[in-house]
This record gives sequence, structure tokens and C-alpha cells, in this order.
Amino acid sequence: MLSRNHELHRRRSGRNGALGVILGALVLLIFAVTVVKLAGGGEIRGFDHTYESLVPAE
Amino acid sequence: MSRSTFEPRGALLAELGGGAIGTGDAELRDYFALLKPRVMSLVIFTAAVGMLAAPGALHPVIALASILCIAAGAGASGALNMWYDADIDARMRRTAGRPVPAGRIGAQEALSLGVGLSLLSVLSLFVFANPISAALLAFTIFFYAVIYTIWLKRLTPQNIVIGGAAGAFPPVIGWAVATGGITLEPLLMFGLIFLWTPPHFWALALFTKGDYANAGVPMMTVTAGRDRTRALVLFYAIALLPVALAPTFTGAGGPVYLLAALWLNARFLRGAWRLAKRDDRAAEADRHLAERQFFRLSLIYLFGHFLALLAEAGLRLGGLTLPGWPHLF
Repeated sequence: MLSRNHELHRRRSGRNGALGVILGALVLLIFAVTVVKLAGGGEIRGFDHTYESLVPAE
Repeated sequence: MSRSTFEPRGALLAELGGGAIGTGDAELRDYFALLKPRVMSLVIFTAAVGMLAAPGALHPVIALASILCIAAGAGASGALNMWYDADIDARMRRTAGRPVPAGRIGAQEALSLGVGLSLLSVLSLFVFANPISAALLAFTIFFYAVIYTIWLKRLTPQNIVIGGAAGAFPPVIGWAVATGGITLEPLLMFGLIFLWTPPHFWALALFTKGDYANAGVPMMTVTAGRDRTRALVLFYAIALLPVALAPTFTGAGGPVYLLAALWLNARFLRGAWRLAKRDDRAAEADRHLAERQFFRLSLIYLFGHFLALLAEAGLRLGGLTLPGWPHLF
């Protein structure tokens, strides 16, 4: 049985830590893009169950 | 010489040192190496220039996210290339230490990483930017992994000429991210990288003597001979001149670009001429000094042109443009 201080465990721990950082960065990136897209928001329309005409009022 | 594209490669690879599974000894830097970081850095730089040279404003977060997607797509291409070419890599001194032929990462693992990153990068770019840039990224990965790596590399000495298109797409993708379309400017950037790729790789092939022949890759130096390759380097250096100068008179260029392009092309032509007029005996005598210098110069050449385009974009942003500068195209 390998001890917990074995080289293999140390290496795996390093890899797992780095993967965690990469996944965390991905989450932050998607969050940031979402905020930017929502802040732009020109094409996003709320839906409130009421009829709304898309024909511009004259 | 060249083997069939569909020859089973697993047994051969295992015989050469690598394998499908890998030893499990891989460190993070091995996975990073699988993504070909040096190629990736060039892709990031040219895509960023394509993006910044394009007209219109792009939100910095969207720009950063898009660049990361393009970088991930380039990394995916690198992993797929290393998966398929592990048998070739194992036979060449320059590439024998790569993670798959060295056995640190299994071929299947490289394939999984390549496919996974491809899907993630293309889908993310589709959501972050627009469908055109995502489609271009998908086509670039397909072109590099399938058209170049699987099909052309082992088939024809024109491999690097046609395969060079894959490396030429990033500035077009960057431009498409910013504008949602393609115009002449990114196509000229494409042409610049496309025509630059053959002399760049042939210079490398001239001083990594024997490597490609040992691996059975039909590189121009192997099939047409080294003297003919030297002449072709000069031919491409001449063909590059009009393509490299043309952006000067588009919306992306200007006087700074013109000066940089003139200087870089003069040096590039001089280097190519030096290569063309000497033979292998002279090259052996100085240990391929001119070939090595030309290879380094080719990196400066490409970097210099894109840096000049970036400088022009910066000047436009600061309102420092020369009034009356001709835009011919």
C-alpha cells in the first residue's frame, strides 16, 4: 500500500488542485459573461402574461 | 516511406515507447504541453490582433472570453494532433519527448481531451460571441485535426502548404467575433499567415536534417530535395511581399504598418535569398547557421506584422490617424 506522502499522491493532489482552479475560473468567466450580456439586455424582454403588440404605435 | 493513413497505430506506438493508456505519471505540465502552448500563444496573439484591429467596440469581458475559447480550440487541435501523430513524434528527436510518445499520457487520454476541449470551445464561442466565429473555430479544428493531421501530413509534400490554412484562421475568427462577419482585412491577415507557413516550416526541416525522413513524413526536403526546398522558400518569400504590403491600404493599416512591412519583408527576402544561393555543403560547414537564423527571423516577421497592425489599431483608438491616407481596398 502506498503511503499518503507518496510521490503519486503528491502529484495527483497537485493535478486535482489545478483542475479545481481551472473549473472555478470557468464558472467566474461564465458568470461575468452572463452579467455583461444581461446588462446589455436590449433583446431581453420580461414576460408578464399580458398582451403586448409589437406594432409600433403611430 | 509513407504509411497508410489507416494503418493500426496502437501496436506500433507501444513498440516505440508510448501507449493507449499511459503510465499515470503525467503532471499538469504534461497536459499543458499536450495543448502545444507555443502554437497556442501565436494563435492567441493573432486572434487578439484580428479582434482589436476590427472596427467597432467589443466589451472586454466578451473579448477575453472569446480569446480563451479560441485558445482552447487551438489547444484541442494540438491534443488531437499529438494523439494521431504519436507514432511519428516518437521517431523524431525534436518531438520524441512529447507526453504521448514518451508514455506519460495515454493516446486515448489525449483524444478525449482533444474532443472534449473542441466541443467546449466551439459551443462556448457560439454562446459568448456569435455563430459565424463559432463555425469558423469548428472548421479550423476540423481542418487541422482531420484535413492536415490525418489526411495530408502523411500523403503529400504539400502538407504544410495546405495545412497552413489552419494556423491562418485565428485572426479571421477574432475579426468575426468583433464584427459578426468577414471582410478583406482579415482575409489579408489569413493570406499573410498562409503564405508564411511553408517557408517557416521548410527552414525548420532544412536544419532538423533526417528527422522527417526517419518518421516517413513526405516533407518537401525529403521528396523534392533540399536544394529545391531552398528555391521554394525564396519563391514564397517573394509571393508574401504583395500580401504583406496590401493591408497598408485597408482600414486596418497605415504608415506604421507600411514601414514595419517594408523593413520586415526586406530582411525576409534577404534571408531567403541567402538560403537559396547556398547548398547543403555550405550549410553543414556552419551547422545550418543561415537556416536557423531564417527560422528565427520568420517568427519575428510574423510577430512584427501583427504588432504593427496592433499599433495601427491603438493609433486609431487615440485618434492619431494620418488624414488622407489612401484606402485602396
